[in-house]
Amino acid sequence: MNEGLIIDIIIGISIASVPLIFASIGELLVERSGVLNLGVEGMMIVGALAGFVVQFHSGNAFLALLAAILAGMAIASIFAFLTQILLTNHVATGLSLTLFGLGIAAFVGRGYSEVRIELISAIHIPFLSDLPIVGPLLFGYNPLVYLAIFMVFLVWWFLFKTKQGLILRAIGDNHDAAHAIGHNVVRYRVLAILFGGAMAGIGGAFLSLVQVPIWGEDMTAGRGWIALGLVVFSSWQPFKVILGALIFGGITILQLHAQGFDIRISAQYLSMLPYLATIAILVSLRMGDKSKTNRTMPNCLGRIFHSTT
Amino acid sequence: MIKLTPRTQPSKAMVFLSPLLALALTALTAFIIFVFILTDIEISRVFYTLFVEPLTDRYYISELLVKAAPLIMIALGLSIGFRAGVWNIGAEGQYVIGGITGGAVGLYFYNVEGFWLLPLMSLAAILGGMFYAGIAAFLRTKYQVNEILVTLMLTYVAVLFLSSMLQGPLRDPSGFNFPESRLFHDSALLPIVWQGTRAHIGLVVAIILSFVTWFGIKKHMSGMQIKITGSAPRAARFAGFDDKKTVWFSLLISGGVAGLAGLFEAAGPTGQLTPGLPQFYGFTAIIVAFLARLHPIAIIFSALLIALTYLGGENAQITFNLPSSITKIFQGMLLFYFLACDILIQYKIVFIKTIGQKT
Repeated sequence: MNEGLIIDIIIGISIASVPLIFASIGELLVERSGVLNLGVEGMMIVGALAGFVVQFHSGNAFLALLAAILAGMAIASIFAFLTQILLTNHVATGLSLTLFGLGIAAFVGRGYSEVRIELISAIHIPFLSDLPIVGPLLFGYNPLVYLAIFMVFLVWWFLFKTKQGLILRAIGDNHDAAHAIGHNVVRYRVLAILFGGAMAGIGGAFLSLVQVPIWGEDMTAGRGWIALGLVVFSSWQPFKVILGALIFGGITILQLHAQGFDIRISAQYLSMLPYLATIAILVSLRMGDKSKTNRTMPNCLGRIFHSTT
Repeated sequence: MIKLTPRTQPSKAMVFLSPLLALALTALTAFIIFVFILTDIEISRVFYTLFVEPLTDRYYISELLVKAAPLIMIALGLSIGFRAGVWNIGAEGQYVIGGITGGAVGLYFYNVEGFWLLPLMSLAAILGGMFYAGIAAFLRTKYQVNEILVTLMLTYVAVLFLSSMLQGPLRDPSGFNFPESRLFHDSALLPIVWQGTRAHIGLVVAIILSFVTWFGIKKHMSGMQIKITGSAPRAARFAGFDDKKTVWFSLLISGGVAGLAGLFEAAGPTGQLTPGLPQFYGFTAIIVAFLARLHPIAIIFSALLIALTYLGGENAQITFNLPSSITKIFQGMLLFYFLACDILIQYKIVFIKTIGQKT
């Protein structure tokens, strides 16, 4: 293998992991607040479509991203309203959000299946991007790649370095106690859910604005679900999300290259790898751990909160 | 200001009214969406095509039954787990694997006829589905790995496995390399219960299973055990109920039934194994189970309702060239409204007058 191919593979892995980083870091904050939103896949596909449509009509990447964020938040607000105000079951509501999102995206996007858009291009910093090896590996990505890393840092900072972050974690661990000392559980959770929607929206838009210039109603291909797995993998620790996403990005890209190298395994078996790897990693996490429950998991995850006072 | 106040007693009226309210709200929302999106088509005709036409003649009604059968079966299995807080979200995968294992038996005996063949295929399908769901049960009981994620990931794997089987061992040798199996011969096909249509014995099986489940939950201790483990896992452990047993039981039952439904689809309406076997029934059955509030008999009715959205969606696709995804929109919305309206059973809405001061 030559140097160029290796650099290509590393860049490919980074690009493949970015949508997962966005979607999982959003869901991580949501789950830290005690809410389980299984609608990630639905929010991602809606973001992917909104970004694509706005990019197609306006050609303005900034507007396209804004649209993806707003679309993700809009559909997440349905979930927020149902689970936080009307106290519905998180699992059932999240599932219907995914169904609804997939349906509405396919429906609204039906006129866009044969058009192409201009992809958001990578940055080019004079001198730095031109350096050999280091240039393309560190300074030659799309701006959104840097934003993804920044968001991980931001979520970490928020959760562990701010007072609001501490309150949010307290709510996720014991909503009754947090409520008793006067914190507004519902407000924190609604805002967290909206943030999750915005992140899933960008994650989806990354697929349609950076990875491929076309729209397909199945373009998320289960990434929302993998993102949910990544949150478990990360043990709800922000920086581990990046590690997990790189592992999955790596498997995805390597199986694509393996298909190209005419390895004698049928393409279907190679395509199974990212999904099987998700399971394998979740299992390996628990193998060394003798305790019954996952200690880092927010205690109130998925539990319904209703204040009587 | 509006506030939710718990009722002292669940409202009996709302148990029946809330599904109707949810239906009405779904229709209203759909209407508003259509007004905005479908500016070039007459809305009333769309509604007629979606909801009324599929009930007008023999063909449509028989197709409604064909689609309801797998939904009833899968939803029944899932409802058992859902009562116990065991979330098998990947019934679609177990359905596909059941179709493959059951179908493979039928294809193995492609030149042998016999009354024993269909039961043997069914057994293989049930075992296939059980095995596939059993993986999730094993990982949850042994390593506490979340079964939602495992069953889902395995669904993607199952669909890819079907595709590789249809390009390899199960492909029709004289099928011009199409990724499809041989056609099943007569004794590998499900008997038709309504002559001249595709309505097959699966519907009868589904209805029998509904009643069996109903009695099972009513009479047996295991039903009680499952109910308690779901609503109060700690209390269940104190009472000596085995958490692990419940996980295994729920997943094996729901996997087995989903597997059987997969075979029934292949050996029923399709008559062979094709890449089109997975039709989202496994996911839709989750909605069916919730719309029925996990009640085995109510599942029959909610499955018919959801089957109507499938059929209406296909109909609208043919008549107005609308995407079939319209079905998913309806299903998602219906469940949203249903979950929202169900709050009225346990809570009542109180309007608080805020005069002068904030609460």
